[in-house]
Amino acid sequence: MQDLLYFFQQLINGLTIGSTYALIAIGYTMVYGIIGMINFAHGEIYMIGAYTALIAITGLAALGIAWLPVILIVALVCAMIVSSSMGWAVERVAYRPVRGRHRLIPLISAIGMSIFLQNYVHLAQGSRNIGFPALIEGGFRFGSADSFQTSISYMQITIFITTLVCMTLLSLFISRSRIGRACRAVSQDLGMANLLGIDTNRIISATFIIGAALAAVAGLFLGMYYGSIDPLFGFIAGLKAFTAAVLGGIGSIPGAMLGGLILGVAESMTSGYLSGEYKDVVSFGLLILILLFKPTGLLGKPEVEKI
Amino acid sequence: MLDVQNLSMRFGGLLAVDQVSLDVQEHEIVSIIGPNGAGKTTVFNCMSGFYKPTGGKILFEGKEIQGTPDYKISRLGMVRTFQHVRLFNSMTVVENLLVAQHRHLNNNLISGLLKTPNYRTREKKSLDRASYWLERVGLLELANVEAGNLAYGQQRRLEIARCMVTEPKLLMLDEPAAGLNPSETRDLNQLIVSLKEDYNVSVVLIEHDMSLVMDISDRINVINQGRPLASGTPDEIRNNDDVIKAYLGEA
Repeated sequence: MQDLLYFFQQLINGLTIGSTYALIAIGYTMVYGIIGMINFAHGEIYMIGAYTALIAITGLAALGIAWLPVILIVALVCAMIVSSSMGWAVERVAYRPVRGRHRLIPLISAIGMSIFLQNYVHLAQGSRNIGFPALIEGGFRFGSADSFQTSISYMQITIFITTLVCMTLLSLFISRSRIGRACRAVSQDLGMANLLGIDTNRIISATFIIGAALAAVAGLFLGMYYGSIDPLFGFIAGLKAFTAAVLGGIGSIPGAMLGGLILGVAESMTSGYLSGEYKDVVSFGLLILILLFKPTGLLGKPEVEKI
Repeated sequence: MLDVQNLSMRFGGLLAVDQVSLDVQEHEIVSIIGPNGAGKTTVFNCMSGFYKPTGGKILFEGKEIQGTPDYKISRLGMVRTFQHVRLFNSMTVVENLLVAQHRHLNNNLISGLLKTPNYRTREKKSLDRASYWLERVGLLELANVEAGNLAYGQQRRLEIARCMVTEPKLLMLDEPAAGLNPSETRDLNQLIVSLKEDYNVSVVLIEHDMSLVMDISDRINVINQGRPLASGTPDEIRNNDDVIKAYLGEA
């Protein structure tokens, strides 16, 4: 019984972290799906989302507003707006001018953007850790008081539910809406979409914006979850989310969701049963295994060379 | 309506198209024929904005359009197909037609999220137009099938339907009969003529299937090694010595 409770605890922790990885991974996968390139500045966009949320929370506290839903919603909206504009700007500055050139060129300009944004935050916000208020306290406990108890915090529930809502909305948006339809068309054949009169530049901007907005949601939650943020906060999470995207099959949105959850659970199981030190070894080990044995990822389609 | 004047296209040392001129009037089917590698598709690529020609002019309804980006050209009312079918394979048949009407629809995200009445009417209209054309090309029962799962001949017809829902004035078809069997070719033949007769669309056609070309063309332009060789009605072309030489080789 106790073993089972312990296992559930790891599973819940894993799903919480995993769902935020999935949110970030969607940004990687959507951009890859549309222009076939990795947005290396995506981790920084997520980090900026976390900082913006923190600034909004601090601002609201200074104004004396203490009602939790308002704080959460305002922080979320601010983070999404700022991150989305960053995502849009990254595309305009680092991708659009060099689109159609050799693949290495946008890669390098995106890495440049990433370094720039990281150092900008270093300058503007200082390079030390800043504490991030947990905001949502308390939770449920299961199991008898004298042995191991599984605890599910309200924060974990909030994170999981919000992530689920975001993903459902995104899936509906992609499958039902007009812009979602255009996104799918552009990702399948950009040239043809162009010829049919779809403004592909707008669609490409839209994918960067959507990806960035989701990353901002993850930024707020992971900031709250870990309790502190710093300017390098985006690097490792970005790497993890990228791993999740590749794991699930880069270019596939359900793949990114699945990959994120698997990665989160794998990490927390490693921390729970082996040691916390090994969790990165396991997640990047997974990446290597996937690349060796199923390079297209779990839900990815084999890439057909376009003629 | 379309007037191509002395079009040239040079790729480095290769002059792929050299001083080609052709014109298309309203309500007319004009074919471009020539041996493989003659530069027919390159002419198309220049007309549809894929390439920026290195010389000459392209006028569409009196406006110079050479070098205009492809998505703007299609908005002017010139749409094209390719030698190989380029559908959005993992989207359904009807989605292929809906996405092609994207620019006719209100692009406003807010009205889409709120599903305003205006948004709904436009969606309804585009769906109506899509089903009309599906019926017209005989694919209505397959509306919800993924386009990639259609038979080849059906994909060809869907491609033409996808062009037509954008309500073009000029349709450019690059070897539409390639890979079709004789009966499918006959259907295609009727479809193209009906586009001209019933929907008042002009057609520029690249085709190797001579029976199709001779049957439906109002005028034919022959290109050989990038240079214009002859132009005229099907009868004139059939009896043109230069054309016979280019196709059969010199005796």
